Amino acid sequence: MILLDEAEQVLTIDAKGVYYRELNARLRDAVENGVKKVVLNNITGQRYLGTDLPGEVELEVHGTPGNDLGAFMNGPTVTIHGNLQDGCGNTMNAGTIVAHGRAGDALGYAMRGGKIFVRDDVGYRVGIHMKQYEGKVPAIVVGGTAQPFLGEYMAGGVLVVLGMGLQEGERHRANFIGTGMHNGVIFLRGSVEQHQLGKEVGVREPDEADWQLLRSLVGEFAGHFGFATEELLRGRFLKLLPLSLRPYGRLYAY
Amino acid sequence: MKTYLPARFRVRRDDERCIRCRVCERQCGFDVHHYDEEDDSLYCDDEKCVACHRCVVFCPTGALTVEKNPLSYRENYSWRPEAIEDLMKQAETGGILLTGMGNDKPYPIYWDKLLLNASQVTNPSIDPLREPMELRTYLGRKPDRIDLAAGNIGRWTRRAPQVAIETPIMFSAISYGAISLNVQESLARAATEYGTFFNTGEGGLHKSLYKYSDNAIVQVASGRFGVHQEYLDAARVVEIKIGQGAKPGIGGHLPGEKVSAEVAATRMIPRGTDALSPAPHHDIYSIEDLSQLIYALKEATNYTKPISVKIAAVHNSAAIASGIVRAGADIVAIDGIRGATGAAPKIIRDNVGIPIELAIAAVDSRLRAEGIRNQASLVAAGGVRNSADVIKAIALGADAVYIGSAALIAMGCHVCQACYTGRCSWGIATTDDYLMKRINPNIASRRLTNLLRGWSLEIKEMLGGMGINALESLRGNRHHLRGVGLSDTELEILGVRMAGS
Repeated sequence: MILLDEAEQVLTIDAKGVYYRELNARLRDAVENGVKKVVLNNITGQRYLGTDLPGEVELEVHGTPGNDLGAFMNGPTVTIHGNLQDGCGNTMNAGTIVAHGRAGDALGYAMRGGKIFVRDDVGYRVGIHMKQYEGKVPAIVVGGTAQPFLGEYMAGGVLVVLGMGLQEGERHRANFIGTGMHNGVIFLRGSVEQHQLGKEVGVREPDEADWQLLRSLVGEFAGHFGFATEELLRGRFLKLLPLSLRPYGRLYAY
Repeated sequence: MKTYLPARFRVRRDDERCIRCRVCERQCGFDVHHYDEEDDSLYCDDEKCVACHRCVVFCPTGALTVEKNPLSYRENYSWRPEAIEDLMKQAETGGILLTGMGNDKPYPIYWDKLLLNASQVTNPSIDPLREPMELRTYLGRKPDRIDLAAGNIGRWTRRAPQVAIETPIMFSAISYGAISLNVQESLARAATEYGTFFNTGEGGLHKSLYKYSDNAIVQVASGRFGVHQEYLDAARVVEIKIGQGAKPGIGGHLPGEKVSAEVAATRMIPRGTDALSPAPHHDIYSIEDLSQLIYALKEATNYTKPISVKIAAVHNSAAIASGIVRAGADIVAIDGIRGATGAAPKIIRDNVGIPIELAIAAVDSRLRAEGIRNQASLVAAGGVRNSADVIKAIALGADAVYIGSAALIAMGCHVCQACYTGRCSWGIATTDDYLMKRINPNIASRRLTNLLRGWSLEIKEMLGGMGINALESLRGNRHHLRGVGLSDTELEILGVRMAGS
């Protein structure tokens, strides 16, 4: 069933039983014909939503999308009323992903631009090999906590993990945080033990510029999910950053 | 620490011929030559010489030559000079030994043990000078059957995207950063002029080379450097790099000092940071995951381009290639143990992988046995030195080959294996502003098109001799090969018979 509200240029698609290839082809078609917003109902595991769509498009997803949502995405805004699976935001260049739920593994792998907001917890290796480049500084804000290898190989960008849902005094559970990290920054609200951090990672207190960044990102996060920004900014934030931009500089016999 | 390493080469200068023009001093990227004004004489630091011959070639009076240091060690089959010197270098630095170019160890080169057939009497040979010979090759997934439904006669129902090359020779992936922009432009221009492809490697496509994108294969590797919509849209083929023959199973580190402003812009990373390519793709731990990335790229390019997957030739290549084809790849590229690199740990380059000849035969046989050979084109790389190697690769089962070292040699490389230093005197494996000007894309691209033309003419001659007028009739046609000096097992794996049988 497809309904098009012509005045609003909004298309509604019932995705029940529609194969991803056909669904994504329909999205491309619709956008080519001037549709600005697509509401996708009954999404059940269809992959690659948001890939190969132009920047100004908005997707509203109801259900559980499949892996690689927003892979190579270059601008669209995707809001998911449900949980994300693995590999979402893979090599993303621009755009926004907002998940009213949790996300799986390798979220934002090698992403270079854009923002991802996840209300609840995230899986393993989130933000792995994130990059930054000139004005492009990608950001991932996670409401809950993360599994191990958060920010592994991180080469740029900002990761914020707010630790909502952790009990008073409870540590984040991730180990190997920032293993191989050589650029970028991770902000953790709550506590971690030194042994949970990769050996390339140093711990600092956020400075005024960091707080400004945090206020802006956390403010955006709170806006998406209806939280109070000041509440989220309360508590101790740790700034994790690489001790060296060349963690593997002394490997070779020149 | 005082080095205990003797010089490997000696630079000999004929003082009677030397006119003190100091060309050698300027040309050497390794600072071997020094002019002393007081003495009006030139001196050499032999221990810095890598035997690249740049000074020898450019000395206007032929006053220079480079020879091996005749220094003798006590004979020892186990502790050969290379083993002693490598060990000392590590004792002095405590690091991993780096090297450049391909494996230089005396593993069997099967090209040299395979001989081609020719027609005599019963099947006339063809003269390519007077009769058309077809070298054009189409890469991409071929249909399982031709649909003969009414109104659709002879037309494929769903044809996967195909790309055509005018000769079965493409330029291997060599990334900007490992080589200079001038070198990549030379490759791009030659590929465009001759109707074949160059491959960006994993370092992105510089904005000045987008005009050659109709002849570009772009790579997506684990570091995802410079991968974005425009890059994927520009290319004719997108290649997922899993592995490389020179360093199977490991990633790459482009050191920060090689990440110049232009390299940084192309890779889309900050200037001066290390560009680390992790060993695996973090989203690929299985054939199913590979399939996910293949289809992510097909989605990102709206199913308009073949997707290639490049792997290093390793023990299980046949089974892996089968998985790659079933995962949806349109092209499988396999890089053998002699495949080259700009920098790799020497211990890996010299000990990991298998020869490409065996890998082509094993993969082609396996895909045929499974009835899926048509579903992907097979591209062979690693150690192709001349047109006979090309034609033997095709007879073993490849659709086309990649050449990397051969292309660099055409531009001046003397295979000194010092690419990893970034000080290439020939201006090839460097991003140094002064050195890179030595490659003039006008001249270097002509050298490359000359090479492609020469090899293509030779391939036509050999094909004609076999009585074949279209290259595709030779593909996987191992009856046209015979082996010499090979064991029964080698012959069986290669799928060829002993010469004389």
